Amino acid sequence: MTRNSKFLALGALLGLYASSPAGAAADQVVIGDIDDMSGVYADVLGQAGVDVINMAISDFGGTVLGKKITVLSVDHQNKPDIGASKFREWADQNGLTMVLGGSNTGVSIAMSKVAAAKKVPFIAIGAGGASLTGVDCTPYTVHYAYDTTALGNGTASAIIKEGGKTWFFITADYAFGTQLQDAATKVVLANGGKVLGAVRAPLGTTDYSSFLLQAQASGAQVLGLANAGTDFSNSLKAANEFGITKTMKPAALLAFLTDIHAATLQTAQGLYLTTGFYWDLNDQTRAFAKRFFAKVNRMPTMDQAAFYSATIQYLNAVKAVGSTDSDKVMAQLKKTKINDFFAKDGYIREDGLMVHSMYVMKVKTPAESKYPWDYYKVVKVMTGEEADGTQPDPSCPMVKK
Amino acid sequence: MRAQIALYVGLGLLALVAPFLGLYPVFLMKLLCFAMFACAFNLLLGFTKMLSFGHAAYFGASAYITGWLVTVQGWGTLEAILGGVAVSMLLGAVIGAIAVRRQGIYFAMITLALAQVVYFVCLQAQFTGGENGLQGIARGSLLGLLSLGDDRAMYYFVLAVFVAVFLFIRRIVHSPFGQVLKAIRANEPRAVSLGYKVDRYKLTAFVLSASLAGLAGSLKALVLGFATLSDVSQGNSGEVILMTLLGGSGTFLGPFVGANVVITLQEYLSDLAGSWVSVIIGAIFVVCVMVFRRGVVGEIQRRFGQRSD
Repeated sequence: MTRNSKFLALGALLGLYASSPAGAAADQVVIGDIDDMSGVYADVLGQAGVDVINMAISDFGGTVLGKKITVLSVDHQNKPDIGASKFREWADQNGLTMVLGGSNTGVSIAMSKVAAAKKVPFIAIGAGGASLTGVDCTPYTVHYAYDTTALGNGTASAIIKEGGKTWFFITADYAFGTQLQDAATKVVLANGGKVLGAVRAPLGTTDYSSFLLQAQASGAQVLGLANAGTDFSNSLKAANEFGITKTMKPAALLAFLTDIHAATLQTAQGLYLTTGFYWDLNDQTRAFAKRFFAKVNRMPTMDQAAFYSATIQYLNAVKAVGSTDSDKVMAQLKKTKINDFFAKDGYIREDGLMVHSMYVMKVKTPAESKYPWDYYKVVKVMTGEEADGTQPDPSCPMVKK
Repeated sequence: MRAQIALYVGLGLLALVAPFLGLYPVFLMKLLCFAMFACAFNLLLGFTKMLSFGHAAYFGASAYITGWLVTVQGWGTLEAILGGVAVSMLLGAVIGAIAVRRQGIYFAMITLALAQVVYFVCLQAQFTGGENGLQGIARGSLLGLLSLGDDRAMYYFVLAVFVAVFLFIRRIVHSPFGQVLKAIRANEPRAVSLGYKVDRYKLTAFVLSASLAGLAGSLKALVLGFATLSDVSQGNSGEVILMTLLGGSGTFLGPFVGANVVITLQEYLSDLAGSWVSVIIGAIFVVCVMVFRRGVVGEIQRRFGQRSD
């Protein structure tokens, strides 16, 4: 009896593994989406990011080179370990051919190490950290939508020109926040401004009162918000409630359309921000936005638009080279100009950064907004070179000096 | 006894062929690392009845130290593992020395508080990379002879270490030292009255448990190539308690079974349920505590009238 029971337990244990995914699927093109689906960045991409990939795939025809295109997605919960281990597992087990990276620079840096080790193209979109194409660059990383350098060059210089010379930063305490603060600080100092102080708030902070009091006590003219997602809308709302926005001018170093929507125009009006895409720019963007809206009942953010664009670019590259071989596809991606509703004459630089026009926007007042989601007006169009410089990042080891 | 040996041999054979059955080696290694962690924890909870709420501190600290030694200092694999274990041993000695002076809830609270201190040090210190964690930890090779880069080679290395740790814990429990621990578990005042220096025994058990937890953490860092805040966080401490209780504390196979169940559930549910995984596992824990308190292995042994060892 005892022996039987033990083997019973053993059998039960084995049964647990019976559902293990088996073997790679060589006859498929597998696109992975590793993103924050439930946390502070879930609105920026999240589940709608999966929808938009599927939209791109069905527009492409559902197959490439006669192979079926499948999508895998996972919620990385803003934990680098989950992102990296899922990436590795899919590469080992599921025949992964490309990964679209969602929000969170910390997670994306961890994933880029796996991309290099497993030689799988990794298109980082939700993450902003410029180090992805700098010290952390790999031959398989493409940084597609925007980076912290462009955000600093866009927003910080626009505000300085309006006379905001002294700054205080509230920074999300991880790679993205610190890189964004560094980029903005560089621009502030280069234009004769001063940084009076900075405070780091943990990711997912809900109570900003002590940070805001420190900001107020600094006497700075500008409150630089080096954070994103609901961190951004929470800190902005709190700044309003504390009346700090009367004495300090808030600067959104990274704000997405959904963040402005969450903060409401009443709170966000007059903010400067930098974005690589806005749904109401021209007929092409509006056409995409309309289709997107029909699906998820929201207007697309820059990242969601970039997901679509990057999926199509990748599939085109696979089609052009006639294989999913990572090196061939990367070479093809790097020599192709990107011309679609997302980017005009965009190109992927030696270090992996996709250089394209960026827009400095001002958030409309409630009176200026004529229809739902009518939130931005264009202040300035920056060329890709204005936004990100003319030279590849020298700290990237791949860049030839 | 014969059934038990047959079971161990069966499990051993299964573990040897597992990578060839289409099971994913990295997943198996993660499983073994957490099973080792749970076995180390069980040495404390199951055999000495000391409930530590901060075991992630030793697991995580060792993972960070090993990672740092490999990536920044360029140490070899074995030296880095030993370095990590040494640090967790030291940490266990310091925290243990303070904690064993108290019992029950106070003991648990002291371990919890000091583990949180370790967590915040890891969050703020430069060498850990804060929220980003330490990335790109290379597995290196065994004494320069056998490269561990290949998943299967690494798997057999981890398996060998796990089996050694498992047998080591069995040996400890069956030794005179282990008998004293069990005496303390059964009735501490009586052990004192018999002349045993109880605190010294408890501290030794604590340090042993912390070191083995550290060994598990070091291996995990090498297997997955990173050490992050999740390793050292309170959630990880809670998980190891869950694994041990679910499998059956005070049994040898219990923690192993518990780790299997929890890690497997996490693995498969994370695709389906995202961050709801912790809610589901929490619910399972509640059911376990209400319905089968001795854990899976504990209940099986009770049903079929076997002694707990």
